[in-house]
This record gives sequence, C-alpha cells and structure tokens, in this order.
Amino acid sequence: MTPVKDIATVAEAYDLIVVGAGPAGLSAGVRAAELGLSVLLADENPTPGGQIYRAITTTPVTDRSILGEDYWRGSGIVARFEKSAATYAPGCTVWSIGPDEATPGSFELGLSLGGKARMISAAQVILATGAQERPFPIPGWTLPGVMTAGAAQIALKGSGIVPSGRTVIAGCGPLLYLLASQLAAAGTEIVAVLDTTPRSNWSKALAALPDFLRSPYLAKGLKLMAATRGKLRFLTGVTGLAAQGEKQLGGIRVERGSRVETIPCDALLLHQGVLPSVNFSNAAGCEHYFDEEQHAWLPRLDEWYASSVAGIAIAGDGAGIGGAESAALRGEIAAFGAAFRLGKLGESQRDAQAAPVRAELSRRLRGRRFLDLIYKPAPQFLAPPQDETIICRCEEVTAGQVRDAAARLGVTGPNQMKAFLRCGMGPCQGRLCGPTVVELIAQTRGVSPAETGYYRLRPPVKPVTLAELAALPATEAAVKAVVR
Amino acid sequence: MFRPMRERAAAAALNFTFDGRPMTGRAGDTVAASLLANGIVACRETPVSDTPRAPYCLMGVCFDCLVVIDGIGNRQGCLVPLSEGMRIETQHGRRQFGEALS
Repeated sequence: MTPVKDIATVAEAYDLIVVGAGPAGLSAGVRAAELGLSVLLADENPTPGGQIYRAITTTPVTDRSILGEDYWRGSGIVARFEKSAATYAPGCTVWSIGPDEATPGSFELGLSLGGKARMISAAQVILATGAQERPFPIPGWTLPGVMTAGAAQIALKGSGIVPSGRTVIAGCGPLLYLLASQLAAAGTEIVAVLDTTPRSNWSKALAALPDFLRSPYLAKGLKLMAATRGKLRFLTGVTGLAAQGEKQLGGIRVERGSRVETIPCDALLLHQGVLPSVNFSNAAGCEHYFDEEQHAWLPRLDEWYASSVAGIAIAGDGAGIGGAESAALRGEIAAFGAAFRLGKLGESQRDAQAAPVRAELSRRLRGRRFLDLIYKPAPQFLAPPQDETIICRCEEVTAGQVRDAAARLGVTGPNQMKAFLRCGMGPCQGRLCGPTVVELIAQTRGVSPAETGYYRLRPPVKPVTLAELAALPATEAAVKAVVR
Repeated sequence: MFRPMRERAAAAALNFTFDGRPMTGRAGDTVAASLLANGIVACRETPVSDTPRAPYCLMGVCFDCLVVIDGIGNRQGCLVPLSEGMRIETQHGRRQFGEALS
C-alpha cells in the first residue's frame, strides 16, 4: 500500500477508484490490486477502518475486551490492505463523479485533499461509502448533550473517551445493546436503556426466526443481552421520547403507553438502526428502490454489486445493511466483477474465485432478515407526531411545516418540498432529513415511501470551496465552453 | 461532557485554543473529539436561529460540528485531526468570509 499525503502525487488515471476505507472498500482494494488492477482507495477519514473498525490502527483503548473481538477483526483486514499494491489517500474527500469526456466509458472523480482539488480518471468505480444511522427526530434532539449512539462509539474507539455524566441510551437495533455493553465496560454511568422496539414487530419477524436461530447473530445477541440486560436499567415498550433542556440537555421524558416519567441525564445517545448512505450513488445517477423490510432506499444491483450505471459498483452496507463481515465479502465480489469488466479476469475464473466468497456471504447474511423485521422502527419515530419537532437540523424545518405543505399545499414529493421549505438544502445535503421528509409526506398523503420518492442529489456530494474549484486546471474544451 | 476512560494508551499532548482559551488535546484525536474531551458543550450557533449546537454524529454526516479553524470557517471538526497550536473558534451562524485575511 502506498499512502498519499499530497494530492499532487496521485496519478492521472486508475483502473479502479474505491471510495471508502471500511471493510468493503479495503477488501475490494486488496482483491483488485491482487488481480493486477491499478487501484486508488480514497477515504475522508484520517485512518483506515471505516466506522465499524474506526481507528483500528490508532485506538488508545488498551483493554481488548471493551470493544470486543468483532472490532479487533478489523486489524487483519487493514494489515492485508497495507501489504497490497493499492494507493491509499486518507483525509481525501471524493465530492463528484461524472463521465470522463476524454476517455469515453471512464469516469472523472473530483477529489479534495489538504485544501487542494483534482479531477482523477477511473475506468471502474466501487462505492464503499457504507451506512449512516437512521435519523431519529424527537423533540430536543438538536440540544447539545444529545448525540447518536454511533458518535459515542466513535469517541470511544477513536479517542478513548466516554460520556462523563448520567447517560441514557435510547432507540432500537443491535448497536443499542452493543454500545450499552461497551460503554458500561468502559466505566460510563448508564442510568437507563430505553428500548423503542415495537412489540408488534414479533408477529412479522417470527417467520424469519428459524434462520436467525441457525445464524452467527444468535450467539452474539445472547452474549450482548446477558452482558447488559441483567446489569443495566432496561425500559422496554417505549412509545414516546422528548429530550428536555434549554441550551443543553437536562433530561428525557419517556412515554410507555400511558405511563410517563422524566429521567434526568447529561448525555442522551440515540439510535434507530442504520441506513445505506445513498448520497454518492444517488448523485452518480444509480437507480434506487425502496426496500420495505429494511425500510430504506437501496441501490438496484446485480449479483456482482454492479449498479444501473455501467462501471459503478456499490459494495458493503451501501448495498443494503449486512454488517461488517458481509461488507468485506461483498467488497471482494465487487472487485471480481470490476476485474472481469476490465478484461483482467475471465468469466469462468471470476465465477470460480467468487464461489467460496458467495458461500460465506450467504452464511453471514443468514438471520439478517430477522433483525431487519424485529428492529423495524415504530412509525412515530420515523415521522415525529409533535408538529414542533425539528426534522431538518440544518435549515431548522419542523415536522408540522412538512405536514402542512404536504396536506394544504399539495406537495407530493421531497424535491418539491425543498423548494417550499428548504429542507435538505443545508450543508448535510439531506442526510439527516431525507428519510424523515419522505416518511412525513407518505404518512400525510396516505401513500408509500416508494411512491413518494427520494431527493434527487447532485454533485458536489460533499462541500468543496470555490477556491479549490477555481484552482483546477481548465481543459481546452472547458475554456471554449465559456470563452467566445 | 466526555472524560477519558480508565485505561487509555498515552499519546503526545497538543496545545490548542478554543475561543482564545488554552486547552490540551491528544495527538491522534480529531478537533471535535478534543472539544468534547475538554468539556466544551457547544461548538457553533446555527445560521437560522443562533441556537447552540454540538457534534452529533462524529462521522462527517451531520455538519453540526462546524467550527472555525485557524481563521477558516465551515470546517467539519470531526474530520480534521488536531494539530499543535491550532486556533479553534465557535462558528457563529454562517461562515464569515475574510476571516482568513485577518
């Protein structure tokens, strides 16, 4: 692996550019390099690992039992990548993708590193941009003191710091239990774990239970439950939440049916599952669809994780939530696909080499459907019932405003909603409001999220300064386009 | 808001300021993590309503950790590694241009 510190040292063109250095991106990069492709792996974080293996090479957490063996498995993946021939650009933001007009069939990606931008060409692209936590809009979720559960986990992995006061963890999904056990082991004072998993999910999830019982998830889940449920104060059947405080969090109001209590706290960590990050693939023009079971927008992919745009594949949790081990395997399969399309691997070799990886992937994904169904968020946490709840954190648009625009003004989709309310037009580019806006419109109009659609996103997918754009060398064609 | 866990590997100390107040961080930490570890409650005020905000996702998604670093606004604190002598400031509202010139 050749690290890049200065963007000037990046080559003009690569066989493959991989975006994201989590398990999928690292595995794709290694495999592609082994198959003889020239590979650039660009990642906006300072160190490899993505979020799941965050800071795996630098973490100050010395007691290995706190983060658990699943985390330390990331060391092996990074070590394998370090031995590869791939070029690695950390701290590098990829902000655009489009056709490379000089080389038809190839792509041109906008990269920014250390305040300087460049356009780099790639014959194939693998997006391994992973997942983000599902937005969890409750009253007061913008108060300092409220964070995502994932953020607390990142602070723990990256810096060895934990919330210093009375801490409440709220929401649903496997990460909720994992974080509770990790933070408790690291010495955090967890005053309550508030579980919002709807009891009604069980009836739908039962059909998927046999697979789950035969899956690797079961043992992990039981271990986590044993580590947390007996020792921490667990409140199940939570139906409503509101963070309270003036300029800072002071407590959380908890509803469990008709029972209401307020728990004073200094930190509130929210989690309502994870979603594929679709900003990049959406802006690249890849087709997406709404998956009812994961309750999320997913890119439409073939068996090699190739998207509807020829030459762009999407691996890892960005292809649909499957977890870290699955992400690494999907990265390998996507690399086989890219190598085949470049003529570096024959069809039968590709299929033969991918077969054992596919077998392992199918074992890893067994039981996943049960988790999707059991932890499907309750409707009131997807679309907040209180009108005053902020749903677009950037532009401070409320749930009531979106409902009003959908009901009274007849706004039918999220793109039209932008024009009326500016939701999704702030710096996060809809990452923290998109799913909620879709849900609010869908609920108000009595239609499905699939029919409502999603934001049409466009590059730059991450902010880039005008100075960086202006400093890009202009091609002759670009100059002719504006100078007469 | 945050504190170091009981056992943590040692790292070189880095000096920085937040709104002019001297603070100490840890080499390898991001700007956002350093602010949290120093007990900073809010790092910016929103352009819409001047409401205080703090880092929310720590993974580059939410943009609530925007701060001014060495005179340049709109920096995502969770993606920038802390370095010696950094001058970090609360971002009041939208990015102010001309900061870099002063």
